[in-house]
Order: sequence, then C-alpha cells, then structure tokens
Amino acid sequence: MQKDINGLRIHVMPFSEIKEMGISERVKKILNLVLGNKIIILHGRLRAEEEARLIEDTMAMVDHVKNFKGIELAVIEPDLKGEGIFVKMKHGIAKRLIGDSSSLTVIGPAAVIKDIKKDPRKIELLLK
Amino acid sequence: MIKILKNFSRRILGALFRKKSNIKVGFYGPPNSGKTTLANIICKDWTGQEIGAVSHIPHETRNVQFKEKVEIEHKGKKLTFKIVDTPGIATKIDYEDFLKHGLSKNESKKRAKEATQGIIESIRWLDDMDAVVIVLDSTENPYSQVNITIIGNLVARKIPILVVANKIDAKKSNTKRLEDAFPEYEVVGISARDGTNLEEFYESLFKLAKKV
Repeated sequence: MQKDINGLRIHVMPFSEIKEMGISERVKKILNLVLGNKIIILHGRLRAEEEARLIEDTMAMVDHVKNFKGIELAVIEPDLKGEGIFVKMKHGIAKRLIGDSSSLTVIGPAAVIKDIKKDPRKIELLLK
Repeated sequence: MIKILKNFSRRILGALFRKKSNIKVGFYGPPNSGKTTLANIICKDWTGQEIGAVSHIPHETRNVQFKEKVEIEHKGKKLTFKIVDTPGIATKIDYEDFLKHGLSKNESKKRAKEATQGIIESIRWLDDMDAVVIVLDSTENPYSQVNITIIGNLVARKIPILVVANKIDAKKSNTKRLEDAFPEYEVVGISARDGTNLEEFYESLFKLAKKV
C-alpha cells in the first residue's frame, strides 16, 4: 500500500509481502523501494543477519548509484517491561507463529530522512 | 578403551588450548566511538606498537587492521589475543560531511568510497571473531539501530560480547544510559583518551575471554 503524505511517499508493507522471500530477495525489494525515494513502514522486523546484509548492500549501492547516500533504519518494539509473564508468553508465542508483526521497522533514504531518533518507547523521524 | 579416552582428552584439551592461545577479539562500533584509540592503548602497552591512526574526522579506519600475538598480563594471568580493529559501521555515508572537516572534494569522495568498502569488510569479519568488544561513545544515544544490529548479529553467532562505554571523561557522558540500553551485557566505562578505568577494562576483557 502506498500513501503520499505532504509529498512524502510512504510504502506500508505488511510482513506477508516479504514473508516467503529469501534474504537476497527481501533486501533487494527494500532497496529498490528506497532507491525510488520511498519510506517503508514494515509491519514486523528483519532478522539481525538480514539487517546486516541490508547495510552491506546499501554500502555497495552508495558506491554505485549517484546521489544515493545510504539509508536510515529503525525498529520499534512493543515495550513489555512491567508486563506480566502471561503477556510476555503470549507475545513470544505469537512471534513464533505469525512472525514478529508487533514490531515496526522504518527504512528510508538518508537523503529524505535526516535522522531517526529513537528511545525504547517512541520513534521520531526528522525529515529534510 | 584407555586409548579412546586418551585421544578424546587430548582432542578436548587441544581444542581448548588452541582457542585460548590466540583469542580473536574484534573492536566493533559506530564511527568515531574510539575503537582505534582503545586498540592502540592495548597494543602499545603490550607490544610497543600502535595498531592504526586516529583522527577526529569520522571513518579514519577504513580497513580492518589487526595485531597478532598480543600477550596481556592481568593479575598474574597471561592471555594472548589477536586484536582486530574494524571500521565503524554506519547506514549512510555522505562525502559532503567530510568537506565540513576541511577535506577537499576529491579527498572527501575518496574517503567516502573507502568508508563504504570498510563497512562491508567489518560486517564480513563478524564471522571470524571469537569475542567482540563493542565500543560506544557514552555521550551519544545508545539506541541506534546500528548498535542493535551489531549486537543482534553477535548473539545469532553466539559470540561473547563486552560493551565499553568510552569517553567517560566528557561532560555529556552517561554510562547509566548504556547500562539501561544493554542490561544483558557487562558495560565498562572508560576513557581511551586518558586511560581512565583501564584496569577495569582488562578485568572485563579476561572475563570475556573465559566465555570463548
């Protein structure tokens, strides 16, 4: 799903859109959208090795694509601190069954997003 | 039966000896957090030679650099390390940032190109590490995705981690914020610039080595 908000092109991506893909395909899809100047809001999060691969491939692109300076990447997780063991267990089981859809990942071109400021409870996009 | 047991114990002891004799410790973190400054102190103290150049301009280290057989003695115990200093990992590189530090356009573009290669190299070396010291600038917000991505990759590879909160000599330093961000790991506050708390660092480094 794509939305234009104040000239910003936002691609809202349900996890199902990349669920069946391998690591290379996922990273390629994300980078293609970012190179099209879109900000991606992914329902879920990538695995650590996929994030590392995304950084690697981004760096290779910075080297080869004119005016591409890289990405901004941030994940916001639900704050389960202070929740009871039952809620934490439920969250853990849901994570295993349907993927980590309770997290949100924001990925965008560094030239569009100046910075993503993050603390454990909130996320803030500082736009150029 | 005795022969089998003998072979088995020789193999196990051999593996342990090999592992402990030259522990590969990687220094990872974002750019300008003080990885090379810390690696230099260690290498200078125990081999008489530094590992690499330092600068206030980000991405000074653009290649993985290492020092073999660094024998460190702490409280009567000796361990030998291979110290691996890595380029800072970032998700963006803009050559214009280097212009602000007084570099020419050509120098800046060259530095940016080398920095992107350095980041790729850093990530690829993760697989080779026995243990990792994550060096963070204690004046900066620790909740950056790069820090979390590095730690996530080390956890996935079951590589032991020590977090160093560097620059505790700076006014804005906040070691507590780092401890809160990474409660699962030991966080040791140091100043690599003036050598504050290095004894505590070596204590933690030896504890880290035990986990290898």
